[in-house]
Amino acid sequence: MPDVSSSVPGSVLHRFRDGDLDAFEALFREHQRPVYGWILRIVRNTAAAEDLTVETFWRIHRAHDRFQPECPFGPWARRIATRAALDWLRAQRPEVELTAQIADALPFAPAGNPGIAAEIRSKTALAFGRLPPSLRAAAILAVVEEQPHKEVAAALGITVGAVKLRVFRALRLLRKDLEKQGIMP
Amino acid sequence: MNAQDENRIKQLLKQTLPPVADGAEPERDLWPAVLRRLDADVAPRHAVPWFDWALISGLALFAISFPATIPVFLYYM
Repeated sequence: MPDVSSSVPGSVLHRFRDGDLDAFEALFREHQRPVYGWILRIVRNTAAAEDLTVETFWRIHRAHDRFQPECPFGPWARRIATRAALDWLRAQRPEVELTAQIADALPFAPAGNPGIAAEIRSKTALAFGRLPPSLRAAAILAVVEEQPHKEVAAALGITVGAVKLRVFRALRLLRKDLEKQGIMP
Repeated sequence: MNAQDENRIKQLLKQTLPPVADGAEPERDLWPAVLRRLDADVAPRHAVPWFDWALISGLALFAISFPATIPVFLYYM
């Protein structure tokens, strides 16, 4: 398979920047899986992740003339995908997302520890869903998905220090919420 | 919150929301949906609203019913 990400003049990246639809399709075919996977990690909803992948590539196409072919395509796409996912999280009501039932229905592996009571998992998921989306995204990517802080920072468009701060704030708020519900983690 | 508390919350979170399996991929080919989205972007957007059609129909009906009013309308236009 040819390397579609080459930054040589006349390459796919240059042609994409110039608005070539075939080049855009080649980049889509190469990057749709990682983009989908990244979005799924944030929103944890397969149907929404598919819609947001389409939305992300639409935004990518709309911004093609601002793309710099000297820079790698993947991190740029991931940044746009993260923004789309955050927009989606902001539009959701906390009560209906990330409940334990939804989490259980998703094809995630491995399954949660059966030693933890279902009620605690459910309350934790609800408390997590009540966190501000920017904190949730940082915590889920850095803590649950164990992505390098540098990559999380690049995707969120913030510094590594800001990622650590957001994770700390998310965990502190989560602990307070659980304590209010009578759970002492 | 000390480091021990932080680790306990992290463990609870990981066990509540298990990580997404590597290699997750969409269940369908998303390229046709992307193309539809792009096409919708470039589709002509000069459709006439229903209200304009209703207004034109009303005026035409009025002119047919009362042809004597046509010169008056034209005078005021």
